Amino acid sequence: MSLFINLTLNGITNGMIFAAVALGLVFIWRATHIVNFSQGSMAMFTTYIAVTLLDRHINYWLVFAAALVAGLVMGGVIEVVLIRPLRGKHALNPVIVTLGLFILLEGLAGSIFGVGNRSFPPAFSQAGLTFGHSTIAFSHFDLFILAAVVILMLGTLVLFRATNMGLRMRAAAFAPEVARLLGVRVGRILTLGWALAAVAGSLAGLLVAPTVSFSPNFMDLILVYAFTAAVVGGLDSPVGALVGGLVTGLSLSYVGGYLGSSLEPLGALAILMVVLSARPEGIFSRPAPRRV
Amino acid sequence: MLRHLLLGAVAAFGFYILTSAISSFNDFRVGEIAVYAIALAGLSLLTGTNGQISLGQGAFMAVGAYTLGVLMTHTHLPLVVDVLAAIGLSGALGLVVGMPATRLKGPYLAGMTLILALGLPRIADKYSTFFGGDQGLTVNSPTPPGTIDPQRWLSWIEIVGAIVVLILLANLTRSRFGRSFRAVRDDEIAAGLSGIHVARTKVLAFTVAASCAGLAGAFLGLSVGVVNTGEFSLTLSIYLLAGMVLGGAGSLVGAWWGAIVLVFMPGWSTSIANSFNLGSAVGANLALVVFGLVLIVVIMAAPMGIQGGIGWLGRRALSLVGGGVPAPGAPTPRQEGNEPVGSIPSIPPPAAPAAPARNIREQS
Repeated sequence: MSLFINLTLNGITNGMIFAAVALGLVFIWRATHIVNFSQGSMAMFTTYIAVTLLDRHINYWLVFAAALVAGLVMGGVIEVVLIRPLRGKHALNPVIVTLGLFILLEGLAGSIFGVGNRSFPPAFSQAGLTFGHSTIAFSHFDLFILAAVVILMLGTLVLFRATNMGLRMRAAAFAPEVARLLGVRVGRILTLGWALAAVAGSLAGLLVAPTVSFSPNFMDLILVYAFTAAVVGGLDSPVGALVGGLVTGLSLSYVGGYLGSSLEPLGALAILMVVLSARPEGIFSRPAPRRV
Repeated sequence: MLRHLLLGAVAAFGFYILTSAISSFNDFRVGEIAVYAIALAGLSLLTGTNGQISLGQGAFMAVGAYTLGVLMTHTHLPLVVDVLAAIGLSGALGLVVGMPATRLKGPYLAGMTLILALGLPRIADKYSTFFGGDQGLTVNSPTPPGTIDPQRWLSWIEIVGAIVVLILLANLTRSRFGRSFRAVRDDEIAAGLSGIHVARTKVLAFTVAASCAGLAGAFLGLSVGVVNTGEFSLTLSIYLLAGMVLGGAGSLVGAWWGAIVLVFMPGWSTSIANSFNLGSAVGANLALVVFGLVLIVVIMAAPMGIQGGIGWLGRRALSLVGGGVPAPGAPTPRQEGNEPVGSIPSIPPPAAPAAPARNIREQS
C-alpha cells in the first residue's frame, strides 16, 4: 500500500513536469500546427546555461530567471530563423527541421559543456516529508515543482482568457487570415507562441535537472512522455496538457514501479497507441472535419 | 525490369573490382555502405514515395540484429535462415506498428516512432540474460569458401544483398504498388476514391521499410561481430533520417549517397575536430552537429537532396548541350517531377519520380 501511495505521489510530480513540457508543445501546435521535437533539447540547453551560471556562484533565483529569459529568446529566434520560412510547405518539413534542431542542440551542448554527467542543486530539500513515523516520497522540492507548474498553468489561463494579447493569440490560431485582416500581427503572435513554449520548456528543464544526474540527452525521454501527454490531451488544449500530463505521469509511475523502469517508454507507446486508435484527435480536442 | 537487372549486374561488377583493389578495412567500409543503403532505401520508399515519416528505422534494425544474434547464440541454423528470420520478424513488427500508424498524420507518426526508437532497445536491457545485457550477443561472421579474405567475403554478401534489395524496390516502385504509394502520398482521399485501399497501402510501405531495416540490422550485426543496444540508439534513427533526406527522399540512388555520408561522416568529423584542435568533446559531438545542420539546411534550401541536385545539374548540362531548347523528340523529354533516367552511369536509375517532399499536397 505504501508503495502504491509513493508511486502515486511520484506519478503526480512527474506528471506535472510532463504537463509543463506538454504545455509548450500545445502552445506551438496552436500557433503554428507543428509538433516541436526540439522542445526537450531547447530546455536541456537552457538548463546547461543555468548550471554554468551557477558554477560562477550567481544567485540561484537570478539564474532561474536568466534560464527562463534565455528560453524566451531562444524560442523566438528559432521561430523567426527556422520555422517562419517553412510556412506553407508540406507538414513533414517542419517535423524534419525540428528533429534536426533536436540533435544539433544536443551536439552543441555536448561540444560546449561536455558530455559528462552534471548535477544541479535543488532549490529546496529533496528529503521526503515525514508524517509521524512514516516518510513519504514527497519532498519540499516536489511541492515546489507542483507550485511552479500550477503557477505556469494559471498564468496561461489568465493570458488566454483575460488579456488582449491572449485574445489575439486565440484569434491568430483560430483564423489567421481573418485575424490578419482585423489588424493582428499574426507573425509576431506566432513568434510569441514559440517563445512562451520555450519558457515552459525551460521551467520544466530546471525542475527536472535536480532530480537526475543530467547529460545532453536528459530531456529525450521527458520529451516523448510530454508528447504522449499532449496527444492524450489533444495537442491544442492547455487543460488537456495538464490532464494528459497527470494521466501519463501516473500510468508510467505504476508501470515503472510494478513492472520495471526500462518498460516505461513502452508504457508510453501503449498509451499513445490506445489513445490514437480510439480517438486520433485526443481526448480534449474536438475532431476537425477534414476538407477535401 | 531488365534494365534494373542489368544495372544491378554492372554495379555488382564495379563493386567486385573495387573491393578487390582495396584493403580489408576499406572492404569493411564498403560493406557498411551497402548495409546503410539497404536501410535508407527502405526509409526513402516509406517517406519519399509514400509520405510517411518514421524515426523507428533504427529500432527495426535492432530487431533484425537481435533476431540474428539470438538465433546464432541459441540455435545452429544456417546463416540464410537467420537472416531471413531477421527480415521476417522486423517486417512483422513493422506490420503491427504500421496498422495504427495508418490513421496518423506526419507529426503523430513521427512522435510514435520516436518512442519506439527510444523504448524498443530497452527490452534488451530488461531481459538482459536472454539478450546479453551490456556486452550484447556475439555474432560469428560467415566462413568464406577457399582463400577469400573473410572481411571481403562478408562485404560481397552485403553488397549482393543491397543490390538485390534495390532491384526489388526499384521494381516495386515501378509496379502497381509503387503507383498506389505515390497516389496515397499525394492525396489520400483522391487515392481512396480511385479504388486504392489507403490503409493497406500504407501498412505495406511500412512493412517493406521495416523488412529492409531488419536485413540491414542483421548485416550490421555480422559486420560488427556483436549486437548490443548501444548501436541502436535514437541517434541512429535520426542519422538515418538525415542520410535519407540528404541523399534525396524517394530516390533509391540517393540512398547510396546518404549511406556513403553516414559511413564516412563520423571519421571525418573526428579528424576535422583534431586538425583544428577542438578537443575530444567537440570531436565526439561534431557528427551530431553536422547531421542536425544537414537536416535543417537540406530541408530549407534543397529539399530534393544530393540526387535531386545531380538530376538538376544533369538537366542543365543537357539543355546547354542542346542549345538551351531541347529539340522536339529529343532524348530528354522531362515530365513533371521525373528524374532524367540514365544521367548517372553504372548506378541503377531512380525508379521513383524523385518528387520532393515539399510537392506533397498538404492535407488538413
